[in-house]
Parts: sequence; C-alpha cells; structure tokens
Amino acid sequence: MKLKVVDTNRCVGCQNCMFACSRRNGNAGLSNSSIGVKSDGGMENGFKVIVCRACENPPCARACPTDALTPQKGGGVKLNKSKCIGCKACQEACIIDAVFWDEEHSKPVICIQCGYCVDYCPHDILELVD
Amino acid sequence: MNKNGVLKKILYINLSTKSYRVINRKELFEKNIGGTGVASKLLLEECPKNINPFDKESPIIFAIGNLTGVFPLASKTVSMFKSPLTKNLGESHAGGRSAIAMRMADIGAIVIKGKSDIPVYLAIYGNKVYFRDATTLWGMQSSEVVGKIIRNKEEYAGLRTIMRIGRAGEEKIPYASVITETYRHFGRLGLGAVFGSKKLKGIMIAGKHEIPIDNSKEYRKIYDEIFHQATSSEMMKKYHDLGTPQNVLPLNELKALPTRNLQSSYFETAEGISGESFAMEHLGRRLACSHCPVACIHIAALREPYDNEPYFYKTSMISYDYELIYSLGTMLGISKPKNVLRLIQEVEETGIDGMSTGVILAWATEASKKGIITEQQLDGVSLEWGNYKEYVKAIENIIEKPNEFYEDLSLGVYHTSRKYGGEDFALTFGRNEMPGYHTGPAAYIGFMIGARHSHLDSGGYSIDQKILTKQNLQPEDIVDKLMEEECWRQILSSLVICFFARKIYSEEIVTRSLKVLGLEYDMDEIKKLGEKIYKRKMEFKFREGFDFQNIEIPDRIIETKSPTIEFDKKFLKKALKYAEEKFKNNDVINK
Repeated sequence: MKLKVVDTNRCVGCQNCMFACSRRNGNAGLSNSSIGVKSDGGMENGFKVIVCRACENPPCARACPTDALTPQKGGGVKLNKSKCIGCKACQEACIIDAVFWDEEHSKPVICIQCGYCVDYCPHDILELVD
Repeated sequence: MNKNGVLKKILYINLSTKSYRVINRKELFEKNIGGTGVASKLLLEECPKNINPFDKESPIIFAIGNLTGVFPLASKTVSMFKSPLTKNLGESHAGGRSAIAMRMADIGAIVIKGKSDIPVYLAIYGNKVYFRDATTLWGMQSSEVVGKIIRNKEEYAGLRTIMRIGRAGEEKIPYASVITETYRHFGRLGLGAVFGSKKLKGIMIAGKHEIPIDNSKEYRKIYDEIFHQATSSEMMKKYHDLGTPQNVLPLNELKALPTRNLQSSYFETAEGISGESFAMEHLGRRLACSHCPVACIHIAALREPYDNEPYFYKTSMISYDYELIYSLGTMLGISKPKNVLRLIQEVEETGIDGMSTGVILAWATEASKKGIITEQQLDGVSLEWGNYKEYVKAIENIIEKPNEFYEDLSLGVYHTSRKYGGEDFALTFGRNEMPGYHTGPAAYIGFMIGARHSHLDSGGYSIDQKILTKQNLQPEDIVDKLMEEECWRQILSSLVICFFARKIYSEEIVTRSLKVLGLEYDMDEIKKLGEKIYKRKMEFKFREGFDFQNIEIPDRIIETKSPTIEFDKKFLKKALKYAEEKFKNNDVINK
C-alpha cells in the first residue's frame, strides 16, 4: 500500500495529517511527522502536500553512508535508528523534500506508508492505494 | 502523573536593549491553564498603572494554552495589552498558525517591552530570538508584500507564523490591527498601534517540538471523540460551507442587521451580499487554522480589469467574514459583493480594523448628511451610502491624515463625535465601535459590560435570539446569564479553544483533556477558575478607570426598533447598576 495525494486543490492547510503522523507514536506535536503541508508561496495560492512517493530504487537509501535505510519490497524504505548517524545525506538526496527531520532526536522521519494520516484528512486529499 | 506536556516557558523580549531571556514558570501555566488566564496575570505584573499605551514600558503579551498542539481546535493566540482605543484592557485573539507555531517553538507566552530605535521584526526560532532590521519594510504600501518578504527571508515554511502590521500600525492609529498569515487578525482594540509605537514591524515564530504524553491510549481516545464531533456536527459544517457570512440572511430576516449606521436594521438588498452570494460568485478557496479540521476561512477571488488596457486583469484573493460584510457592507449601504471586497482589501493592505473603520465611516456619512461635518473637512471626499470608491479614499485619508478632521477620525468614533457632535448616533461602547448585532437588549448589555466590549465576550446576541424571541427577561436575569457565559468563556480562551467549538469543548471534555496532561481539575474547580480569570480582567479594568456608571449609550440603539423585546435606556441602566452591584458584593456568579 502506498500513500497518495489525490487533489491538493482541496487542501485547506489544516495540517491535521501532520499532527496525526506525529501522534502515531503516542506523543503530540510535530517533531515526528513525515508529511508536510505548506503554502505554495503564500496561502492565497493554496498548499503543497509533501509525502514520500515510496520510490522503488530510493535515492535516500542509496545516499545513506551507514546502510541505516533499507529499501522495502514494493517501494519505500525502513529506518534502522541505531545505525543512523544523523548526517542528513538522505534528506539531501530526496528532491521532493519528503525526508523530514526529528530535531529532538536528530534522526530522519520517513513515511512508512501506514495511512494513519488518511483518516484525519477531513477533506479527502489523501488516500492509501495498492 | 508527570506533567511534561504542560507549558512552562515565557519569552521576555526587550526591544530597547535588543535582548531576551526565557524563564520557566510552569506553576503559572498549571494554575491558569494558559491563554487569557496566563496573559491576564502577566498583564497585571507587567503593565504599570495608568500608563500611556505607547509608552515603552507598556507591554505586549501573547499566550497560548495547554491544549494547543495536543488537541484540535485549540489554536488561538491571546494577545493582551493596554488598548490605545479604549485606554483600558486590550485583548484580541487570532488563529492562523500563530498558536501552533508558539507551541512548536516550545513557548507558552511572550512578553515584549521597550522600544526599538530602528524598525525591527523579530525572528524567533525555538527559544532563540533574532532582531532583524525592518527599515526597508517600514512605510511599505501593502502589508501583504511585507508578509511575502519575511516569508522568503526566513526558514521553516509551513511551521511558522508571520505576524505583521501595515501603515495604520506604523501611524499608531488606535484601531490598527496585527495581521497573521495574510488572512487572520488580532483585529480589535489596536494591538497594531502598540506594535508601531515600539517600531516593531512583525514577528516570525517557528519550531517543531514534541509534546510528551504519558497516557497515549486515553489521549488518542479523547482526540478521536473531539475530532469526530468537529467533522460531523452540523454547526461545524455550516462554518465550513458558508462560513460566518451564513449569518447575513437570518439576521436580516430578524431585522437585526445594522444598516446605514443603524438607521435601519434591515438591508433591502442583503440577498446580494449574503454568504450564499459571496460563495457562488467569488469563493475561490477555503483555509483552516493549524490543527483545525473545519476550515471556516473563506477566500474570495476578485477579478478586476485595468481601465487603461484591454484584456488585462488582476486577480486578488481576499478573505471575507460576517463582521466585515456588516461593517464595510450593510453599514455603508453597499450591495455588491465585489465592492465590499474592494473595501476589505483596503483595510487589509493598510492593516486597520475593518469593524471599527466601517462604523466610523458610517457615522461620518450620516454626520456629513446632517451637516455636522463640512465638505471642506472631508477634503474632497463625498461620502454617500453605497459609494465604495469614496470610502476607499476616506480610509486612505484616515491613514494619511491630511487635515484636522481626519486626524480626529483616525482616533475613533467616540473621540470624533465628542468633538463635532452626533454622539446620539456614534455606535460605540466603552469607546469600541460596535459589532453587527442589533438583536436586542442582551447583545447591547453584553457590549457594555463585556471586558472587551465585544460580542464574543458573552454572546448576548444568542440570548436575544434563543430566549428573548420567546419570553421576556428582566435586566438582572440578562446580566446573570451574560456574566455566567463570560466566566465560562475565560476557560475556553485560556485553553485558546476557538469559540466556534464551544459546544464540543464541554466542561467534561475540558477536564478530561487537561487530565491527559496531568492537570487535575474537577468541574466545579474549572468553573471557579473561569470566574477568577474574569474577575482578574475586571480588576485591571477598574484599576485603569472603568466604571459601569460611565458607560454612554447612543440613542440610536433605542430609536431603531428592537426585533426581540422592547427596551429603553432605563432598562439598560438598571442592568449596569445590577452588574456593578454584583462586583461590589463579590457575587459574579449567583451563589
């Protein structure tokens, strides 16, 4: 299953998806969110919704010097936190900025395509697809 | 239970010395729960008695609540200051990204004092403050451009708030606003002027903090209950569909929609500027405050041709709300949505409070027609109901102040009417220009006794519409109901919960939500806290000279027939006397 952005024009910028993503681990706030909603050069222009596209040959994993990111069958990556040295090479490698950063722990936050956020998008922008 | 998720940090900034410090005051946030509770305490600590609001020692305070960033719809920021308009308590709330940005920067409250020698804006990243030179932004025509420049200059897109003032704030117009995220405002009572007096052009706040929660299971359970309510209730759907302008037609039908300076309470062409008309003709986008699923912010797309070149258009995105349709629409006799939008655009660019501005221009139009003010004083502006082009010129003159009359007008309708006459139709309460509800006596008593002189203090219009349309109430009963409501609203505004969600955040939900953060309050205690915060605000008001007996009542509100029960000045004065006695007897909520 992959997370898909269906229609950014419906996005109202509420960021409930971001809060949901962070809440998955039980805490509140935004430090642990792997989805990003920001205005497209001012709110008058609407929003960009940035999610991991679950690449089949993920550049983030290729860029990791310590093999902390393992490509998954069907796309996307899995992070082994104990191997990660927080060098941000993965973040540099992702040209859509879908590798987010947990500043509290200095580790990347990458979508695991769980779809938890989908239920908290009140305006049908996100979908989990095969 | 540990209370790691409770707010604690207060950021104290001194603009004179360009210095700052962070002080942990967890107890303050435990005992006062945040927002209005914390800000009112800080105001009493920081604001010297009888100070000029533009003195460098006059503070600007921002506070958020313990539920911010934890639960949805708790995304308002409360500002407190001494109002240059009323010369008393200044309190204004705004949403946008402001509250979430403060929470994510791990800041519970901000206190700003001093005065900068050069124009500055503040860039706050987490607990670090940078003082940026804003000389080049000062005097800029449009506040929107100022926002764009700061947006491009600073980092953390999507995780920040950008508050700024326009020319009105720089000019210290006492009803200048602070704009945040282009479409939301600390609109009322002149926070923008206090920014201007400190040479503070704007504030950017950003962060990405984690809020630790001990009982994740219970947390998610309550979260889902609130989220479900917010996304399924009929009331929230209304705010999403048409937004606050949904009120235009029902209020007009009730004959409660102030029109042409309240010479009437029925606007014959209201249909044209109803929420439905705006949506069908202009709605271009909806926006939400951070962490609110409702999205009540309605943005119109206004496409206008240039006069001097064929097929050349500009498209502006302008937010509209009920209060602006009232003040810059019906009050000025404007029947077309696009002309209301043009006026809204003018107040947005200059950063002036649209509600006060509309009421002031409505008074000026009537005063001009009655010969109280002359053509010469109007300096070539011909005020006529419905003529938006002349109103745009008048707003420019309020900012630019080309003569003594506009200098006076820029100080508000109370000041101007006391100098030129026309007090009987100057629609101001406690020196604040009135909101758009001619629903009956409860609304007016609310404007008079409410700590902010706002319809949102106690929602008197709701008592008028829900109770007084069916039965009579005595002035005393109305005051009791208003004060009880105002006390409870202190809890909501301390937790910075949007008042639109007041039915979702019941006493039960509030106490359970606080418990998730380790704050144990039973229902009785939380109600008592609301009363305490209300009394604290009134303590500040009395300290600064507020007196129930000195409230002036414009004749116009009596002359224009009430759509609910009939009332006169005697009725209103009885209410004021009773309100005063309740304070004297320390009996705010009837025991």
